[in-house]
Amino acid sequence: MEHYTMNLTLKVWRQKNSETVGHFETFEVKDISSEMSFLEMFDVLNEQLISEGKDPIAFDHDCREGICGACSMYVDGRAHGPWEKNTVCQLHMRAYHDGDTIVVEPWRSAAFPVIKDLMVDRRAFDRIIEAGGFVSVNTGNAPDANSIPVSKVAADEAFDAAACIGCGACVAACPNGSAALFIGAKVSQLAFLPQGDAERASRVKNMVDQAAKEGFGNCGNIYNCEAECPKGISVGNIAKMKREYMRASVSSGPAGIRSES
Amino acid sequence: MVLDPKIPAGELKDKWQNYKDHCKLVSPANKRNIDIIVVGTGLAGASAAATLGELGYNVKAFCFQDSPRRAHSIAAQGGINAAKNYQNDGDSTFRLYYETLKGGDYRSREANTYRLAEVSGNIIDQATAQGVPFAREYGGTLANRSFGGTQVSRTFYARGQTGQQLLLGAYGALQRQVATGKVTMYARHEMLELVVIDGKARGIIARNLVTGKLERYFGHAVVLASGGYGNVFFLSTNAMGSNATASWKSHKKGAYFANPCYTQIHPTCIPVSGDYQSKLTLMSESLRNDGRIWVPKNKDEKRKPGDIPAEDRDYYLERRYPAFGNLVPRDVASRAAKERCDAGYGVGSSKMAVYLDFADAIHRYGKMEVHKHGIENADAATIREYGMKVVSDKYGNLFEMYEKITGENPYEVPMRIYPAVHYTMGGLWVDYELHTTVPGLFAIGECNFSDHGANRLGASALMQGLADGYFILPYTIGNYLSGDIRTPRIPTDHPAFEAAEKEVADRINKLMNVKGTKSVDHFHRELGKIMWNKCGMARNEKGLTEAITEIQQLREEFWKDVRVPGEINSMNPELDKAHRVADFMELAELMCRDALQRRESCGGHFREESQTPEGEALRIDDEFSFVSAWQYTPEGEVMNKEPLIFEVSKPSQRSYK
Repeated sequence: MEHYTMNLTLKVWRQKNSETVGHFETFEVKDISSEMSFLEMFDVLNEQLISEGKDPIAFDHDCREGICGACSMYVDGRAHGPWEKNTVCQLHMRAYHDGDTIVVEPWRSAAFPVIKDLMVDRRAFDRIIEAGGFVSVNTGNAPDANSIPVSKVAADEAFDAAACIGCGACVAACPNGSAALFIGAKVSQLAFLPQGDAERASRVKNMVDQAAKEGFGNCGNIYNCEAECPKGISVGNIAKMKREYMRASVSSGPAGIRSES
Repeated sequence: MVLDPKIPAGELKDKWQNYKDHCKLVSPANKRNIDIIVVGTGLAGASAAATLGELGYNVKAFCFQDSPRRAHSIAAQGGINAAKNYQNDGDSTFRLYYETLKGGDYRSREANTYRLAEVSGNIIDQATAQGVPFAREYGGTLANRSFGGTQVSRTFYARGQTGQQLLLGAYGALQRQVATGKVTMYARHEMLELVVIDGKARGIIARNLVTGKLERYFGHAVVLASGGYGNVFFLSTNAMGSNATASWKSHKKGAYFANPCYTQIHPTCIPVSGDYQSKLTLMSESLRNDGRIWVPKNKDEKRKPGDIPAEDRDYYLERRYPAFGNLVPRDVASRAAKERCDAGYGVGSSKMAVYLDFADAIHRYGKMEVHKHGIENADAATIREYGMKVVSDKYGNLFEMYEKITGENPYEVPMRIYPAVHYTMGGLWVDYELHTTVPGLFAIGECNFSDHGANRLGASALMQGLADGYFILPYTIGNYLSGDIRTPRIPTDHPAFEAAEKEVADRINKLMNVKGTKSVDHFHRELGKIMWNKCGMARNEKGLTEAITEIQQLREEFWKDVRVPGEINSMNPELDKAHRVADFMELAELMCRDALQRRESCGGHFREESQTPEGEALRIDDEFSFVSAWQYTPEGEVMNKEPLIFEVSKPSQRSYK
């Protein structure tokens, strides 16, 4: 791989806290290596700001290997930046060239208020999971793991849905600020598995209702969410969630749902 | 002082059952009046908090991340061991225990290790019931793979994201308890001090990382599940925020710190590419099942790896360890890579890397596949195409991750890998009940020390975190709390809370008022260099002695010249880091002191003075068959010992030849 260095202009959203009005601030960074990650480029910028006695830019990040879901930057109008199926921590600077200007914003959604600069409050996602994104099984109650066979196809489909990292890119990318892909992923995962069956109806209703309370919008079948999802979660999960919701709405309880599928 | 681990009497296989049969219980009515603090929400913390909530206790759970789901357990790739023997290949509780004990180089506590193996099967049942999508066979049963060179297939997995799926299972259980009100979640909070009243842990001081305010929380007991201290080295596979502050502050309040020198260096990580590097990324150990590790035989090799013929390649693991080859345990593989690179045979621009090559695996699988498909006289391109498909099915996501980071396609050119700090086997000393030396303070998961000895086997960290949180602590903490049912909640205006908060506030003021010239990261990076060079994969008396002096000097410089920008009473990530690095600098010295006193090689701790004529690690059981448990005193650290007694499995030297 050919290595090179570059000088860049960054336009970064600055906001002191959720109470204040934010604005863009422009920075120049020099001698950025093409081998750096995007967040390491921000580390360099922050070092520069600290040495100048200025306040460094706050952003969420933790594992820096694309799995924890903490990082959340809206780069040049795209959640997590230009690469497909990627988190911004795994975006590398070889995506850019000398002289480029990059615009970086936080997730924009009424349900994700800005805490500071590029950092937003995503606790609404935790509350959606609280509403039903689990199987109610206390520790110690579980039967032997092999006592309930699950077809490989169902297990694989459940896994595909379960790969969601809860970063919120789907919401940020959606013009309606909908959390449908996030909810759909969890609803599908547990609907594909027999373990999730008993609470299938209450789960989908409670999670969808909670999302509405949090201020997330409705799904308009625009599919930006799938396009920007770093884990490639399919919009098929939204369709499944809608079907589950319909079933839950017309049936009297879990038994009715079971007999349909 | 000799420490008592409180191992229950009886045969090894009966100890845990005996304990559970006789430990004291807390009635449901009393549980409602008891508060428990859990610090950290990874596998250990989330599973413990959820289970304690289910039992009826009032739990306050804390994490520094924005959500409990982000704890670094999420990054574990490979899998989780359990002695289910679903594959009918001869696995058993005893075998898993024995391999864990031997893999830990006979430096773990026999009874704890046995209990870990004993509850391992329950974890798989629990996770499956929660909807964790483990890999399955076509018949619908759970799939297993062999991992880390064991002779049985006991590793359960969910593609390369086992840690993520297990954590999301535990997180779901936790959120369910949050919804019932039995657990209150405090995200973006960091524990900065332990509150001790009348000799018992009774609460914590936490900083609300959003507002910057210091907050006081009471608990009848405090459970630390705050992970390991690998970030002492600055560069490691840990998350950026992983830190030792909760355990270090507890250490300074009386909890002994055990075996701090035992750190695990993982052999297969993506090498460092520059000074700006912020962390290192692990490539799953499972790659060694098919990849062959080599370096050129010629130091001045200029050819591209693909152009170097077999006779000019040194497959050094296969050469040195014919029985295990590329599958030797982590510590052995890491040291062998270092040996080759130090001798000048490393590859890549930094010369600090070795090749992990899949060309032979692609060819081997390709030939099998064309045979399966009945293709006769297949040409090389067809064989390669079929072979790549197999390799992609097995390791596709890892190859993608490698390519994203390095820009190189590992199907075409061999991966370059180098060892990196990954896990810390040392941690707070706990007895059989996972109780530290401070009454009422428990430590679970990576932040305690007991189960992995001097080296942890692959796919065992997830197992231990969940064993502690789901199945062990909920029993043992009840045994302690049964003596505390008459203690009313202590108001947080108690003088001990006042004093602890003042300590924290003073420290913050001190950090903010240094107003020096260098960033926190500068000091952290320097600390990492000292530790990596002198307390890393190989250690010796001279280096360790120097390291101690250098760390002391660095610490002095830190308190004179660090610059922490921003404000105290607002969000301030630089201040958060400053706390953590200040503690790392103290812990680092203890790690070196511990490494210095242990004049033997064992597991991840390799003392150059203690090796066999062939350069293999030499353990000295007569002198060092003990746990070192360091006690903080104002005059300095004092070492206590817990002798290790092996009633069932007598120590033998490990050999992978």
